[in-house]
This record gives sequence, structure tokens and C-alpha cells, in this order.
Amino acid sequence: MAQPSRIIDKTAAELAADIREGRLTSVEVTTAFLDRIEAVDATVKAFLHVDREGALAAAREADAAIAADEEASPLAGVPVAVKDVVVTKGLPTTAASKILEGWIPPYDATIVERIKAARMPILGKTNMDEFAMGSSTEYSAYFKTRNPWDTGRIPGGSGGGSAAAVAAKMAPLAIGTDTGGSIRQPGAVTGTFGAKPTYGSNSRYGLIAFSSSLDTPGPVSRNALDAALLHEVISGHDPRDSTSIDAPVPPVAEAARLGASGDLTGVKLGVVKEFAEGAEAAEPGVIAAYEAGVEQLVKLGAEIVEVSCPSFTYALPTYYLIAPSEASSNLARYDGVRYGLRTGDDGKHSLEEVMSLTREAGFGPEVKRRIILGTYALSAGYVDAFYGKAQKVRTLIKRDFEAAFEQVDAIISPTTPFVAFKFGERTGDPYQMYLADLYTIPSNLYGGPGVSVPVGLADGMPVGLQVCGPVMGDDIAYRVAAALESTQDTPLADTAPELEGN
Amino acid sequence: MSTISREEVAHLARLARLEVTDDELDAFAGQLDVILESMKALAEVDTDDVQPTSHAVPLVNVFREDLPQPSLSREAALAGGPDTAEDRFRVPRILDEEA
Amino acid sequence: MTKLNSYEQAVADYEPVLGLETHIELDTNTKMFCGCPTAFGAEPNTQVCPVCLALPGALPVANKAAIEATIKIGLALNCRIAEWTRFARKNYFYPDMPKNFQTSQYEEPLCEEGYVDVVVEGETYRVEIERVHLEEDTGKTLHVGGATGRIHGATESLVDYNRAGIPLVEIVTKPVPGTGALAPEVARAYTAELRDIVRSLGVSDVRMEQGSLRCDVNLSLNLPGEAWGTRTETKNVNSLRSVERAVRYEVRRQSALLDAGERIFQETRHFHEATGETSPGRSKEEATDYRYFPEPDLAVMEPSREWVEELRTSLPEPPRKRRERLQEAWSLADKEMQSVVNADAVDLIETTVAAGAAPAAAVKWWLGELSRRANETGDELGALAITPAQVAELQGMVDDGRLNDKLARQVIDGVLAGEGSPAEVAAKRGLEVVSDTGALETAVDEAIAANPAVAEKIRGGTHAAAGVLIGAVMKATKGQADAGTVRKIILDKLS
Ligand SMILES: [Mg+2]
Ligand SMILES: [Zn+2]
Repeated sequence: MAQPSRIIDKTAAELAADIREGRLTSVEVTTAFLDRIEAVDATVKAFLHVDREGALAAAREADAAIAADEEASPLAGVPVAVKDVVVTKGLPTTAASKILEGWIPPYDATIVERIKAARMPILGKTNMDEFAMGSSTEYSAYFKTRNPWDTGRIPGGSGGGSAAAVAAKMAPLAIGTDTGGSIRQPGAVTGTFGAKPTYGSNSRYGLIAFSSSLDTPGPVSRNALDAALLHEVISGHDPRDSTSIDAPVPPVAEAARLGASGDLTGVKLGVVKEFAEGAEAAEPGVIAAYEAGVEQLVKLGAEIVEVSCPSFTYALPTYYLIAPSEASSNLARYDGVRYGLRTGDDGKHSLEEVMSLTREAGFGPEVKRRIILGTYALSAGYVDAFYGKAQKVRTLIKRDFEAAFEQVDAIISPTTPFVAFKFGERTGDPYQMYLADLYTIPSNLYGGPGVSVPVGLADGMPVGLQVCGPVMGDDIAYRVAAALESTQDTPLADTAPELEGN
Repeated sequence: MSTISREEVAHLARLARLEVTDDELDAFAGQLDVILESMKALAEVDTDDVQPTSHAVPLVNVFREDLPQPSLSREAALAGGPDTAEDRFRVPRILDEEA
Repeated sequence: MTKLNSYEQAVADYEPVLGLETHIELDTNTKMFCGCPTAFGAEPNTQVCPVCLALPGALPVANKAAIEATIKIGLALNCRIAEWTRFARKNYFYPDMPKNFQTSQYEEPLCEEGYVDVVVEGETYRVEIERVHLEEDTGKTLHVGGATGRIHGATESLVDYNRAGIPLVEIVTKPVPGTGALAPEVARAYTAELRDIVRSLGVSDVRMEQGSLRCDVNLSLNLPGEAWGTRTETKNVNSLRSVERAVRYEVRRQSALLDAGERIFQETRHFHEATGETSPGRSKEEATDYRYFPEPDLAVMEPSREWVEELRTSLPEPPRKRRERLQEAWSLADKEMQSVVNADAVDLIETTVAAGAAPAAAVKWWLGELSRRANETGDELGALAITPAQVAELQGMVDDGRLNDKLARQVIDGVLAGEGSPAEVAAKRGLEVVSDTGALETAVDEAIAANPAVAEKIRGGTHAAAGVLIGAVMKATKGQADAGTVRKIILDKLS
């Protein structure tokens, strides 16, 4: 297949090969993406912070290292955008919150260290829902990010900035984080690829915590192979994260290449009966695109098997007891003492008042709401009935999925019940917003991998198909997703309307 | 109508150190029912003898050897502080009493 | 003015129930959940990192040495070691606690159900241990603008996080009834025993004056035969003597209130070292709701039985057994040994004896002259600037006849003043017994010449009068003569 002529149209794998083999330099590639950001980000508003100088300096170093024939990582020289919830030394990190405005971290997240060690220039920090709480990026304290497919619509969330940056070709790759769907749902609604790895297989050290037992960082890209390459850069055991799994990383890049051959003979794909029962929440266009995708998978040789996960019904309530509880505690540290915003310190107010004024001024409404929910769920006498119960139900959900994976290799579903909605359409009703995560939350609860791959369009807007695997079975999810991609003449991500600009 | 009173929400806000407005009190009071509904939904599940799950892979005894690592420089440690004095983080008076 | 009953009256009318909560800072090389060093007295905010400053994104990893130390403490206190245990978050806002939650343990402590036996006035009291758990210390706050650095009246505070995250073991007793009038002594003896046990394990320096051992004293009173009363919790009682005083004070205060028909509030109180009184804690005590929940950033712990048994076999001789052994070796009566224990001098005497001093002499120095010095300055005996080896050296000089007791005390002055070892002080200050009999005879002759009347009396058989001449000789030799030798020379010359 002929390579596209524009740098920004190339895949990350192509760019890496061009750089490695001397057809392009990292500086040229990085410059192309920085220029693209300059041209279209005024429209998309995916970035909270762009680090042109830092990215170019890293690109020059990457070029020098490659020229010196140092052993290069498979993505050496390829730039990447990082969600602003991931801590970057010397680069502003806010989690899209006013409470961290102006904070410059003195350390790097483990995954950022690994990105730097792989000689991947960091283009900047991407927008998101404040503290990753939301499904539309409308809760960023700074500005809304637009969906490159239709700038009147949301890019998904919380990682709307990373998804939109990749969809608008302002970055070939990005880092996202996923607590209930924040990588996959934005991927689905922006026609990009997003992977939530197995919990614990990617370090959380330096990831600003939302819900400790659910948060997972992962890659965002335009196709499975690119994501897999980035996945392998950032994955692996980290002794600084006590919840990190000390086991070999599943061979996801190899799986993506295998999938691209388009053969799924012998692969059993599960369809969860109870997912379909909740399908009244899903838009018909989404169902149609998804079902067309399933047909393609069958053509590739996959066998579709119905499985039952009866405890799926409890996934949403379980999530809404665990996530806000942990968040209310994780966000207690933002008190205006050691870093970040301080309000009301006028000599009249006591510390408690200053802390309360600071947190009131620094947190947006959705964050406050979840803090209150979590405080309530943990407060006197409720912890066993609420959080403790949810952890036990989590065990039942895990058991259901483990049983399902005895019968099938992977489970498929729509990624999210609806295409990108218009701004403001669901902010009034938190429950409507939560439904966005209906199909993505289970894998956060049982801990396994889930990827969202573009499967088609509904009313001109992208639809994603989710492939979930068993714990540490990330490779099968990539394989199935890559196989689906192989059925598309043009990658869906490349059919987005051209944006105003350059 | 909400089953959780404004007073209860005000108490939670104080526990969480949020100086909420009256409007927020009303809004949150209504939305706290999400938690109660979740709790009700789960209450019906039989979890006797079920162990809690917190992580995808059950991890036990994750320890660190007692070996010192470099600390931050004091400059780096204090750099983010909204107000520092005498190499420490300054905070307003802690006790809520008339100065 | 707080009304107080006499202690005797109080314990005649009411039965005290004690409870003790002790926090011990472990002396691991690094903090509980990060690799920061734990050295005492470092410059502010120089032993901090993203984890112990609670920077966004930082995560804890538990220190294995701290867990081992806690298990050892649990074993030494006869506890059961949990087979499955985990950390929990205790949520509350306070500026010295960077995360605004303390990583602690809740319903699943590492060690449970133990006991310590203490002996007070020949009676053994069993203090039952409810739990021993592991948590982390807070930072240190400097209060500015109020009186003498107190939080009350301060206009602002300054926080240093060097101490934040140092491993802290919390040891909680069950309520201890049945001590009667000896409640203060039992509280003290328990604290001392606990300290000795922990020190013998080598897991903490347990220095109360540096805050590495801190006590909270719970106390309630009830009428004989009636249900236990409401308890108060007196915080941060930081010396053995204070433990005793705090109990005594609360007994007197509570009994006066109860006599007046008032009720006792369950409250936190503060102990005042200077006055020996307690006062209520924060005026607006908010109902505590710590919202404990299992710490999701840490893995559960399942201490293997092999590990626990391995730690058990590594335990040293229990202090009580050791004291019995030493008492016998030193041939001390029960009462003498009790004095040694009360003076906190067991280790000091043992080391002094090991350095060559006879037990009786070692006991004499530490309980006599050195205890007196410590009392004068208000220091703990062990904090005096003289080592057991130096005491042994000093006694050696006495044994050799190079020093008499008076000179030895002057040598101690020099050692405590930092002038060097006993031999160095003696040399520098010229403090040696004059054993040159020629020089002594000259001094005696001069004394006789200057006091003819006294000399006459002695010649007449009134030997007691020799004291005057001895005094004169001692004065002339600046105390460096051996009084016995001088006396002998005088009597030889005048009889
Ligand atoms: Mg405690
Ligand atoms: Zn540290």
C-alpha cells in the first residue's frame, strides 16, 4: 500500500520506520504535528498546554541517538500527546482543574519516564474532564474540546483531548487513562482506537488518582498496531506502584500484526446476553453499525457465542459506590497547603475556612458532586453497606466474566450506546451521562483489557466496537480489533472531514 | 424528592471541606439518591462468604526493601507551595477561634 | 480553677479503669511508604518526596522492615499475628497530614490479643493488649504568633513534612480495671515495660523526649460494683513521670466532678508538663467520622507462618527475664533492683559492669551521684554526658587508689562538662590522690605546727580531734590526699 505523502497522515508505525531508516527525522515529524496543532487546535481545542520547545529538543536528541546507532525503541522519534492527568516533570499538569492551575510537577510519572526513555517527544498535555470525571470533556475547568467530526459535538470523555488530538491528526499517538471508559468511549465517538490495558499492567505512579482500584493508563491511536506499539513502551511492572503486576507484558504488537492478516478462524467471540437487555439505551444507528461489524468478524472466521454475565446489572451501581468513594479520599490532598490554588487567606479566615474556600473555588461542580457522593458513601456506618458491599459484588462480576472467558476468547459489544452528542445535551442529567459508560465499566471492575476500534458510522458520526479480554489477555483484544480494521478499505479514522486550517 | 436532608449534605460538605452554596446544597441533596439507589440495588445481592475484590490480579505482600532513595531538593519540595516561610509551608491559624 | 479531690480520698471512693494507647516511631532507614530517610533533626522539608508530600499522582509502597518490626513487637507482646491483614485510610483534614488521610489499619490490625505483665509493689498486673497496628506519622507544625509556640492563639503555623510518613506502631491496651490506688504506678510500669521490650527488639530508640514514644492515657472512674464510667483521653503524655502524674490528676479531677454530681464528658485532654494538669482539647470538637476504608493503593498482607516463626526465633531475651538474671548476677535485693529499674539504669549498669566495674560500684554511681546530677538538670539518666565505659574507668581509678570519692566527683564534673575521659579530666585538672608520703608528712608537720592545741589533745588520747588536722591537710593538698592515709600519719606522729 502506498504511503500517504503528508507526514500527519502516516501511522505511528510508518513514521517510526521512516525515522529509523532515515527517510524522515524526528524533528521533521515533530514539527509537522506541532504545525498541525497550530493550524487546527484553535478549532478543536484539544491541548491545555503545547510544549513546542521541549518536543523539538527531545526530537533532536532522538535523531542524534538514531544517527549514533543507539538501540532505539520501536517508536523512537515519534511524538505523543499526554493527557493532563499524567504528571510530567517541568510541564504544567492540572488534571483540567483550577485547583492545580500553575502547578509544575517536580517528577515524572513512570509511563512518562518510559516514553522519554523510548525517545518519544511529548507534544503537550491534552484536555479532559476535570480529574477525569465525565464522559464529554465538558467538565474541563478550562474549555470544551470539540469533536473533529462535528465541532458542535462532544469528543467523549474524560479523555476527549487525547482522542480529538489523534482524530484531528495533531498527534499520531496519545496517552489516555480509563476509570470507567475514559479511553474507549472518546475513542468510539471520535473514530479513533483506544485501549484500556489490564489493570495493574500499566503503572499508575504519576497518574493523578481518580479511583485507585479502577484507573488504568493506556494508548490512543488511529489503529490497533500503533496503539500496541505504544502499549509496549509504557507497560510492565513498576516497583513504585504496589498494584502493579509483576509479569511479562502480553505480546500485543505481535497480536495486532497477526490480527491484520484478517484471519479469526477458531476465535470464539462472546456476546453478553445481559448487555443486549440494556440495549434500549443504545441508539439504533449504533446497533446497526455494531452488527455490521459483527458480520465482518464472522466472515473472518470468528464464532459468535452468547454468554451470560447476570451480575452485569450491578456493574453501574457497583461503580457508583466504588469510584466516588475512592475519589473523595484521593482528592482530599488538594487543600492549598503544599501546591496549587489557595483562596481566602486574608488573615481573617482560619485554616479550615481557607481549605474549604479553596476547594469550593478550585473544584468544578461535577468534582464536588462526586466528592459529596463519596463522602456520603464512606460516612459513619455506611462503609460496609456501601463500599464493602460493592467490593464483594465486584467479586461476583469478576467471577461472571471469568466464567465467560472459559467459554470464549473475547467479548464484544458496542463501546458506548450512543454517538457523540451535542454540547450541553446531557450535562443536566448525570444519569444520562453515566449511561455512556454502560458497556465499558465492566472491564474496569473485573480488571481485564478492553479496546475500542472504529467500526462504522451512524448519522455520519463514528461508532466503536469494544473487544474485551480476560485479565492479562490484552493480546486477544488487539488481535480481534486489528482483524476488524483489516476489513476496512480506508481506516475509518482517515475518513474524518478535513478541518479548517492549514 | 430527596431522602437526604440539606443539613446532612451540609455536614458532608464540612467533612469534605467544601464551602458549598445553598444552590449546591439543594442540587447535591437530590443527587445523593444515586448512592442510595445503588446501595438498594446491591443490597439484594447475596454476598455472604464472598471475599472483596480490589484489584484485577489479587496481589499480596507487595513490599519495598528499607533502602533510602533520594528525596526532593528543598527548593523543589517548596516550589509548589502557595505560601512558604522559614523553609516550611505556611498555613493560616489552625484553630477556629477569635485571634 | 479546677476542683480536685485529694488522691487518697478519690481512690477510697472510686475505682479507676486505665487504658493506654502508645505510638512508637520505628527507626527504619526509610519512611513507611517511600524511600525518604528518617534521620531526626534534619533541616525542614529536606527529607520529603512526591509520596510523603502527597503530590498528585504519587503512590505508596510498604516498607518490609517496618512490617517485620511490627510483627516482632506483636510477638514480644504475646499477640496473635494476623494471617490476612490490610491497610485502611483514616480520612480527616489536618495540615500536618499531607494526604489528608492517614494510612493506618482499621478492623484488621497486624497483631491482636496479647498481654504484658508488670510488677508494682510486689504485685503482678496483667495488662491485656487489644491490638498492635502499623500506620504513619504526621509532619511537625510550628505555631507562630501565640504564647510560647502553642496552637492556641497562634496567628499562623509553619509545617515541616520531614516526619510525615515515618512508620508508627500503635499499641492499644484493653481497659485495665483492678489497679485501685496503684493505677498511676501500673500505667507507668506498663509504659516502661513496653519501652524496654521495644528497645530490646532494636526496632526503635523509644526516646520519649524526642517523641519516638508517645502516650495517650485513658482513664475513667466508677463506684465499686457499678459499671465503668465515661473515659477521658489525655494526649501526648511524654515521660514516664508524666504518665503517672496524668493518671493521678485525672483521678483527682474526675472524682471531684463526680462528687459534685456532674458528668464526665468523653473528650480529648492535653497534659501540661509544667503544672501536671490536664485541660480540654479543641473547644469545638467535631464529631469524628474518619470514613475508614481499605487502602486501594496497597496490596493486602498475608504474613506467612514461616516468616512469623522465623521472626519469633529472632526475638531477644525478654526484659523481664533479663532483669531477673541481672538481679541475681548483681546480688541485689528486690528493693534495690526496683530502684535500678525505676531509675531506668538497667542498661547503664549492665554496660558499666561489662566494662569492668564491680556491680555494687556501678549501682552506687548510677543510683547515687549520677542520679543526683540527672535530677538537678531534669535529664533522663541515660541522657547524661557520661558513658558507662567512662563510669567504669572512673571506678577503676578509685580502685587503684588514684582517686578518692571526692576527687571522683570532681572528675565527673569535668566529664559532664565535656572535658574528656576521666583520665583526661584528672590529668587536666590535676586531680590525683597524693600518694607521695614525703609530701604528706610535710603537710602533716605543717598542720601540727599551726594547731598546737589540737595536737596536744590528740597526744592526750582524743583521737577524734584528728579531723581538724586532716581537714587542714586536705585543704593544703586541695583534697588530693587520701584521708585514711593522712589520719594514719597524724596518729603515728602524735602517739
Ligand atoms: Mg493511630
Ligand atoms: Zn518521601
